Amino acid sequence: MSFPDHSGKATWGNRIVELDDFAAAASQAGRRLDEAQRRGERDRWLRPIEDATEVEGPFEHIVVFGGVYSNHHALRALLDAAHSADAVYCLGDLGGFGPHPEKIHSLLVEHDVRVIQGNYEQSLSTGAEDCNCGYTDPRDNHFAELSYRYTDEHCSAAFKRWMGTLPERRRVRIGERELLLIHGSPRRVNEFLFESTSAVSFLETMLDREHCDGLIGTHTGLHWHRRLPSGRDVINAGVIGRPANDGNTHVWYTTIEARKGSAALDVRQRPLEYDHLALAQEMRDEELPPEFIETILTGWWTTCLEVLPARERSRSKY
Amino acid sequence: METETRYDPPRVELPVLDTLWFQVSGTLCNLACHHCLVSASPTNRTHDHLSLETVGRYLEEARELGVREFYFTGGEPFLNPEMEAILKATLALGPATVLTNGLLLTRERCRRLRALADASEYSLDLRVSLDGWDAESNDPIRGEGSFVRVLRGVENLVAVGINPVLTVTEVCREVAADEGKQRFFEMLRGIGIDKPRLKVLPVFQIGAEVERGGAYADWQRLRPGDDGGGGWDHLQCSSCRMVTSRGVWVCPILVNEPAGKMGETLTDTLVSFPLGHQACWTCHVQGASCKT
Repeated sequence: MSFPDHSGKATWGNRIVELDDFAAAASQAGRRLDEAQRRGERDRWLRPIEDATEVEGPFEHIVVFGGVYSNHHALRALLDAAHSADAVYCLGDLGGFGPHPEKIHSLLVEHDVRVIQGNYEQSLSTGAEDCNCGYTDPRDNHFAELSYRYTDEHCSAAFKRWMGTLPERRRVRIGERELLLIHGSPRRVNEFLFESTSAVSFLETMLDREHCDGLIGTHTGLHWHRRLPSGRDVINAGVIGRPANDGNTHVWYTTIEARKGSAALDVRQRPLEYDHLALAQEMRDEELPPEFIETILTGWWTTCLEVLPARERSRSKY
Repeated sequence: METETRYDPPRVELPVLDTLWFQVSGTLCNLACHHCLVSASPTNRTHDHLSLETVGRYLEEARELGVREFYFTGGEPFLNPEMEAILKATLALGPATVLTNGLLLTRERCRRLRALADASEYSLDLRVSLDGWDAESNDPIRGEGSFVRVLRGVENLVAVGINPVLTVTEVCREVAADEGKQRFFEMLRGIGIDKPRLKVLPVFQIGAEVERGGAYADWQRLRPGDDGGGGWDHLQCSSCRMVTSRGVWVCPILVNEPAGKMGETLTDTLVSFPLGHQACWTCHVQGASCKT
């Protein structure tokens, strides 16, 4: 192999120049703040974000879930399991993937579920052309389109209007703690917060700026819970629409309870069994993609895999 | 800048700082690819190695500012003698991705990388560059004999259970189409990767690429009044910065332009940047992001 000789030289744009000339130009470029200015910049950077969202509660015990994906069988099972909770929260993504999306609407309303708008509800209520799930892989987008089109065609105008009235965030008090509930992240409805790609300091800073004692989201489809060094909780509540890519057919939701004599919350992530065979049959009857039905029957994702980080992908079958 | 702008270009704000890049081996590389946007080579010291101590200082500042994830590039990162120690320090703090040409991925190094990944609660991702699905298509770009050596590195990763992302630039024209991608997937399955991962990057018409494929045409630039189609959040420079041995730069692309340098500390660079370089046009038009 032959190589160009850059000894003593630098590449400045498209030109080869003396290394010293580049070094001199680089050393003079950009800002060089003094220590007081840097402190001022950091304070500006970390200042809290104003949020007038009303605080709900206080409650002792709530149930939280996300990603219904039209799985009305799982939603019924969830509502049974949640009967003793003070309040039930759904973090959005009501449609997509499953059959008969309209069935979700009446269940949520009848049971006073407190719902947040996900990207699916934003897209359906505004007549957008796609679900804005945030995929980049063409195959993932192909399946996302199929399920969005089916859901769009099978949702009533009234259901879509209702989706448009849902808030993008909620705040709730559990015991002494105030939690912020969002769909993807506090910054963007379709942001993926995976456990293995969310640095602790990133999360601590986010919670500082949102001045909350905990954060609960969904969107990725994979549940997790991390108690930060500050004692605050970051939780992905999980989804009840499809399994968690772990080879099991059950789905996941989260319960949060106040503890007597402790400010720390009791956060538990719980598996939920439901009649997945009935769901699979309905999906076949509706001619939904076999790839989706396979996920319901095996517990392994067959689509939307491209967005998984290295750690989560290594646990995946496909 | 090299390509002087005659107007005030639009500016990209920095609403968040999620991604911190380190040009950890500077512009030093054990290859000299003909499309390299920073013209890296075995003797190019436009930027030099970063020490563990320097990286540690920026990691500490990144922790204070709430950075989410870390990327390492070069040159070839594993030429840096402290690279594994740097990765260990990084993985204690957050997720890390290394962009490598694969040539230094020996069996022993891959075993150590696997141990680093297992010891962290965060993802360690490896991205290996190729520019064709065989020696005939790859080697004219990346150098004689490179295809076979890269593949050996990939196989060593796979042997320890690390599934890398293959990064291909559109110098390989076929990869833009689905059939081209499919061909890469098949090649990867052929060497035992059952969950192939692929990232396609556009070609930046700067650095060594100017001689190979030509420079930008004059009209390929962003204009005053361009609003990015409702903002510039799709550009990586709206959420990243790049550390080199010569300070902090706006992004991984513009490190050979002094005008791309923004300051000495990360805190110095928490301001907007003018999208005045023609490479900014590529990121905008192609929707490019260097992130995985």
